[in-house]
Amino acid sequence: MSEVVLESQDLTKRYDDFVAVDNLNLTIRRGEVFGLLGPNGSGKTTTILMVLGLTEPTAGSVQVLGFDPARQPLSVKARVGYLPEQIGFYDGLTARENLIYIAKLNGLRRDDAYKRIDAALAQMGLSEVADRRVATFSRGMRQRLGVGDVLLKQPQFIIMDEPTLGLDPEAAREFLEIIRRLKTEGITMLLSSHLLYQVQAVCDRVGLFHQGRMVLEGTVKELAQQVLGRAYRIRLEAEGSAALEEAFRRLAGVVNVKRPEANTYELEATGDLRAEAARTVVEVGGRLLSLSIEAPSLDEIYARYFQQEVEHGIAA
Amino acid sequence: MVSQLKQTSSEQPREGSPWTGLWAVVAKEMADYLTSVRMLILELLTVLTAAGTVYAATQNLRETASQGQFLFLKLFTTAQEPLPAFVGFLGFLVPLIAIALAFDAVNGEFNQRTMSRVLAQPIYRDALLLGKFLAGLFTLALVFTTIWLLIIGLGIVGLGVPPGGEEVARSLWFLLMTIFYGGIWLALAMVFSITLRQPAAAALASIATWLFFTVFWGIIASLLAQVLRPIQFGFLEEVLARAQLEMALARLSPNTLYAEAMVAMLNPAVRSLGLVLPIQLYGAVLGAPLPLSQSLLLIWPHLTGLVAATILLFALGYVLFQRQEIRA
Repeated sequence: MSEVVLESQDLTKRYDDFVAVDNLNLTIRRGEVFGLLGPNGSGKTTTILMVLGLTEPTAGSVQVLGFDPARQPLSVKARVGYLPEQIGFYDGLTARENLIYIAKLNGLRRDDAYKRIDAALAQMGLSEVADRRVATFSRGMRQRLGVGDVLLKQPQFIIMDEPTLGLDPEAAREFLEIIRRLKTEGITMLLSSHLLYQVQAVCDRVGLFHQGRMVLEGTVKELAQQVLGRAYRIRLEAEGSAALEEAFRRLAGVVNVKRPEANTYELEATGDLRAEAARTVVEVGGRLLSLSIEAPSLDEIYARYFQQEVEHGIAA
Repeated sequence: MVSQLKQTSSEQPREGSPWTGLWAVVAKEMADYLTSVRMLILELLTVLTAAGTVYAATQNLRETASQGQFLFLKLFTTAQEPLPAFVGFLGFLVPLIAIALAFDAVNGEFNQRTMSRVLAQPIYRDALLLGKFLAGLFTLALVFTTIWLLIIGLGIVGLGVPPGGEEVARSLWFLLMTIFYGGIWLALAMVFSITLRQPAAAALASIATWLFFTVFWGIIASLLAQVLRPIQFGFLEEVLARAQLEMALARLSPNTLYAEAMVAMLNPAVRSLGLVLPIQLYGAVLGAPLPLSQSLLLIWPHLTGLVAATILLFALGYVLFQRQEIRA
């Protein structure tokens, strides 16, 4: 087992009567990208603030890189980069000046700081605008500057709160690219978001938050099986025998078969049954025209989960 | 950290010094203050006031220079119609500058969404707040010292005599008092910038507090004294008790403290700031100046009061800030 970067035991935060985070048990290992999902107000940001030692847990504990954020916040904050939601900079200062301040707060030596700032700005593609005031920056540039700012302390673990919120599609795509690049450098990451498609694109594992509790956890695939029960959707086009639909239904692992058009079939299955489906078509004597598989999307899982919540009236 | 009120003694203390990063904050905030348009306007205003009043005072003093003791101190206090004396202007310029420096110190960080980013760096909140306060205080000190030098310089040119040692010493004490008087308003504006999320509201609240003490507190003190110490029989004791209560109440206002201390420091002939009965004046040589040490003794309670109020207000802001949610 690889090294544990973050581990929480029964982490709880209460504000008067309101429980923001309820007995959270979370483990993140080195090199992993973990996505924290959930609607607004489900306790994602509170969890992040406790991990950074910016808010005290009411009960339970959390260890980050082996440190307790409540008692050793400086050690934690020196090693963990945090990109807050809607990141802000001092608008009157240039990009470089903003980073110099952060470098000083981290106690970096001057020459070392300047080297790291130049490197971070270059890495984020901001070298040309380094001496422009941040007030003139677009949302996407600010977000990239935020990552540059986080990289200054050469973190082992980066926490990003809603990193792609408010970015246009192109900027969001670029940003996800940055996350992937950081991942290849071996940096562990915790992303919080409610933009599921983007989380799905970069996260190894996700946790679904609901009313302060982590109700689901695992890879997107595992979650799909848990919630949807049929993780794979196979679409095929075939001509021929009327017995085809029946034959598909008899296949082991097929949960449901739909026939939206005359020659189009949609199989919902618990596994990747493309080969079996193709064989079936041939056996029955049909002609297979096309075959494709759709991976389940987090959107679907998410929507279905909350739909079930409503249907069963589960009071979490 | 002070915020850990829940902290039990069995828990280990927090690591590191609460002042890590303090000087980085001070340097950044001072750079901000000194380059801001806001400060530029206030500095211009103050310099113009100083130049105008001191010039008027030198004109006045030249004509009456024969009574020449403590000429330089009179530069600060001599009024020439229609201009009031420089110290008269200071009474409201100092609070104005101090409030202008601090009213958006904390809520500005929240509104710019920089607070969580800064606090995610390896520093404690203590360093951020004290850093901002010290930067404000240093800026005030810098501005007032500049003006002090300017006045002394103008005085040397205008009067044609160098200042004496005691004059310099007295005016330096006056400078120190002025800085701490500014410190009170700085700390007050900071408290409002912590409690109120809108910078405009914080500025308004600070100015309202200042107006309250400038305009209304004197009236309220006098009314309170009338109610609490009624004069029923017209005895001297009753009159005295009322006057003393009124004075004590009035001194709760930093404006009164500063004004009284300023008068005693800049006018060596002032022998008492309280009530003086004729019998206490027996044998006194009226109009003879007090030595510096005696004047200092006279205003020592005022000076302590000014410093204590600054520290108390800062402590209040500190506690409030420590308990604040950082979620922005």
